[in-house]
Amino acid sequence: MGIWGWLKHKYHRAGSPRWFFAGSKGWMVGLYIFGAALILIGSVWGLGFVPPERYQGESSRILFVHVPAVSLAQTIYIAIAVAGLVFLVWRMKMADLFIQAVAPIGMVMTAAGLATGAIWGMPTWGTGWVWDARIISTLVLLLLFFGLMALREAVPNPDRGARAVALLAVVGVVNIPIIQYSVEWFATLHQPESITIGQRPTIAAVYLWPLGINALGYYCFAAGAAIAALRVRILHAESGTEWVREWVRGGDE
Amino acid sequence: MSLLAAQFGRDLLLGLRTRADAANPLVFFVLATLLLGLGTGGAGAELGDLAPGAIWVLALFANMLGVEGMFRRDAEDGTLTQLLLHARPLFPALIGKLAANWLICGAPVLVLGPGAALVLGGSSNGLGTLALSLLLGTPALTLLGAIGAALTVNTGRGGLLALVLVLPFTVPVLVFGAGASMAAAGGASAAFPLLMLGALLAAALTGAPFAVGKALAIAEEG
Repeated sequence: MGIWGWLKHKYHRAGSPRWFFAGSKGWMVGLYIFGAALILIGSVWGLGFVPPERYQGESSRILFVHVPAVSLAQTIYIAIAVAGLVFLVWRMKMADLFIQAVAPIGMVMTAAGLATGAIWGMPTWGTGWVWDARIISTLVLLLLFFGLMALREAVPNPDRGARAVALLAVVGVVNIPIIQYSVEWFATLHQPESITIGQRPTIAAVYLWPLGINALGYYCFAAGAAIAALRVRILHAESGTEWVREWVRGGDE
Repeated sequence: MSLLAAQFGRDLLLGLRTRADAANPLVFFVLATLLLGLGTGGAGAELGDLAPGAIWVLALFANMLGVEGMFRRDAEDGTLTQLLLHARPLFPALIGKLAANWLICGAPVLVLGPGAALVLGGSSNGLGTLALSLLLGTPALTLLGAIGAALTVNTGRGGLLALVLVLPFTVPVLVFGAGASMAAAGGASAAFPLLMLGALLAAALTGAPFAVGKALAIAEEG
């Protein structure tokens, strides 16, 4: 079979909670270790060895935490929306378990991004909050994550709750570009001299390397955490089945 | 079309028969305006400058209050199940329902809004633009709010949750609506934000009813 057939095969197998549970432990441990190692390298490099930025001094080092956190949060929201669509169309149980597993990670990362941004803003801009487009849309993202989790809590029937959450995630991702656009217009209207956060294209290579390593580390570590959370959700969702009972009794796989 | 008209007529009649319920969002709007004036020490020049934006925020909340429970009674007495079973296509029936809801809870704000802006000390410039922006913006808010109302219809909580779910989606409407009315009050051109509001309304009108229908189907089955 070609590459497409191989992908399809993997996709169908990943849809089986039991198969995923059996095959994911190695991936989880590997991603945890690899991610932690990258974060360690990137952070020590970024915090200890990179020369301080000319204008912002030592405070700019928070960049190495701030940027990966926000980027990860945005990626997680898009992943949730894709999983939501998969769940609505094919009713694939794993897609919903995935949403359950990663939504808290995304929310924490968004909050971390906002918090580090505010801490960074205080010495450099003199304030923890400005009405800047990216800050507002990150706060909106936090609210979207909160909405997903609040809706699941509120619906008494778990199946119905799962599909309502999936629908909300899909509606949310359709709205994100519109929100982004409107907020950008708002910020430029009200604040023409707005400070542009980070001059991405002009960032020096000395910063780019530890930043890239840290970002990759964040992604890998989050993937490991997502798999760990997913495994717990699988055990919970499948707790009535024979293979889970066997696993609990024997613990042999 | 007859489906749309029938649903619109029924919901309008129901709304008018339960006047106290229907009036709640409007009473909220008036009270909030009053409290805003009182809380900021009477209408000064500063509040007057902010009036169009403040009116927009209050209109948003009033609109959401009117929408969040719009499916609840129908879900309780089984009308919603019948609607989902029999209304084919569902789209016009939902449009009729939403139009009736907007006419009862949203439209009066078009009249009250400019009046409230004057009460808060806003300039009489751009009151027409404020009304026009509300005319374009509040139906979009109703459409978006209906998604939240539909998602929370069988949760037994609804209310605040529907608001929390939908408020992030209302950011663009608020930004362009308040932007248009603030620009007009300041004497600047409001053409661009008004056009954007129109675009948002068109997008919401075509997209939101599908999400509402899907959300209602999820809430009703199983």
